[in-house]
Amino acid sequence: MTDNVNKSRRTLLLSTGAVGVVGAGFAAVPFLKSWLPSERAKAAGGPVKADVSKIEPGQMINVMWRGQPVFVVNRTTKQTNVLESLNGKLKDPDSEGSTQPDYVNNIYRSRKENLLVVVGICTHLGCSPKYYPDLVPQQFDTEWKGGFFCPCHSSRFDISGRVFSGSPASRNLDVPPYAFLDDNTIEIGNDGEQA
Amino acid sequence: MGKIASSSSKGGFGGWINDRLPVTQFYKDHLSEYYAPKNFNFWYFFGSLALLVLVNQILTGIWLTMHYKPDAAQAFGMVEYIMRDVPWGWLIRYLHTTGASAFFVVIYFHMFRGLLYGSYKKPRELVWIIGMVIYLALMAEAFLGYVLPWGNMSYWGAKVITQLFGAVPFVGDALVEWVRGDYVISDATLNRFFALHVVALPLAIVALVVLHIAALHTVGSNNPEGVDIKKHKDENGKPLDGIPFHPYYTVKDIFGVGVFLLIFLFVVFVKPDMGGLFLEHDNYVPADPLVTPALIKPVWYFTPFYAMLRAVPDMQLGALIMFAAIVVLFFLPWLDRSPVKSIRYRRWPFKVMLSLFAVAFIVLGWLGMQGATELYKLMAQVLTAFYFFYFVWLFFYSRNEKYHEVPTRIEGH
Repeated sequence: MTDNVNKSRRTLLLSTGAVGVVGAGFAAVPFLKSWLPSERAKAAGGPVKADVSKIEPGQMINVMWRGQPVFVVNRTTKQTNVLESLNGKLKDPDSEGSTQPDYVNNIYRSRKENLLVVVGICTHLGCSPKYYPDLVPQQFDTEWKGGFFCPCHSSRFDISGRVFSGSPASRNLDVPPYAFLDDNTIEIGNDGEQA
Repeated sequence: MGKIASSSSKGGFGGWINDRLPVTQFYKDHLSEYYAPKNFNFWYFFGSLALLVLVNQILTGIWLTMHYKPDAAQAFGMVEYIMRDVPWGWLIRYLHTTGASAFFVVIYFHMFRGLLYGSYKKPRELVWIIGMVIYLALMAEAFLGYVLPWGNMSYWGAKVITQLFGAVPFVGDALVEWVRGDYVISDATLNRFFALHVVALPLAIVALVVLHIAALHTVGSNNPEGVDIKKHKDENGKPLDGIPFHPYYTVKDIFGVGVFLLIFLFVVFVKPDMGGLFLEHDNYVPADPLVTPALIKPVWYFTPFYAMLRAVPDMQLGALIMFAAIVVLFFLPWLDRSPVKSIRYRRWPFKVMLSLFAVAFIVLGWLGMQGATELYKLMAQVLTAFYFFYFVWLFFYSRNEKYHEVPTRIEGH
């Protein structure tokens, strides 16, 4: 059998076969890429800019990103100074089980100490917690040191969005990816790597 | 293919057809002259029942697409419309939803039959492997179908399952976006799931079923004795312990279909949601990205694997374990090294271990439906470990297994 093989024909067969496979690979590209987010989805889900220069100390603004409320808080030092002292009352003080970018792995859970950026959706059942900034006793917590309280099932979070023990929520509030474009502007949904 | 000539001499309309397309020969090869062992028992109903359910799913599925719109804003309402306004729509939908669960009931029996009688062993390795691919395709099909009503469990189930792609190293996050077609589960996701559910996967499943049966009819059916009937043939080359599939097994299977339909239709008419097992309560609420169901769990047929996923604290490792639990079954023909096929001629260690394996799988399924308490998590961990231990044990045990003598013929039937 092998004596009868026409070498040049065999080479032709193999090379056309190889080119065919490469061609099929290229032909697959449009089919695979058509599964990527469409331009419309990209526009709707793209990063959102927010001006943070106008937020008074202690004030919070609400920014919509991908259909979710994102809380942006300009925390006072009075608010952030208590963070360390709360560690013992929290489920996950070091945010080991949190959904958050690596660059906020600090006690403030933020890029800048004062500016908190968290997704304003309770990690329990998805209600939106309310902002209780003042360090005064509240009905739901007589030792309240400022933070977020979910009216649906009484989950309590501190001013860094860390969940208190005894809350039905088990995870700290999520921190979305965000970056400072300049001192006054943040962009939510942008890790700052490409920017 | 040289057989075409044999039936061409008949003449007439049949002869004219057979000269061009060997219909008669095909009928003989697969029905009237396909010799199956004469001792098929209860466990052998489930192959033909799986085929029946497949036909039910395709038929009712086509009818459902006539009234449904894969649009995130309308999908939930369309299902309500089918249930309330479309004439007989409720029946067609319940046949489809109950059929999905029935499919897995039948398939799990069918697979366990294979474990009992060693149907995966040489020369039926490919029959088993193609069957496993069908099982995988069926799981994908069921998951995609579950998303289409766009209820809240559809939405969150889709979110959890697509999130599993995030466990792939390096490209995980990009892969999740690619699968979803958006940054979140959205209209784009629903639309592509619809396309896959009604066109791509059914085509693949039907093609795989054809291959499954073609491979089976090439090597012949196994039986509860695990005896090879092809070793003893009469002067005409017909197996002495075999009987033609038609009429003998068609009649038997029709009886099986009767019993099956009694149970199946009872569920369809009386308890189509099976108390939240077949149709989950949370799915009667429209999809809401802001409200997570209290307990996200898949439908019952996925729960053994879901329990394994949750048993592992690390998401990546959990996904790997879950995937491995299915992959290991592909290798069963080579993990079981015993020459004996049927459990009837294997000794008690195998019988005990296979029983424990089945119990572990069922208990895992139950655990997958419960909230994750510490006790349940521990149980799931132990059972997951046992699930894998079974295969390791089988590999070493079957090497020099002691067994009872296997007869050469099928006696007493």
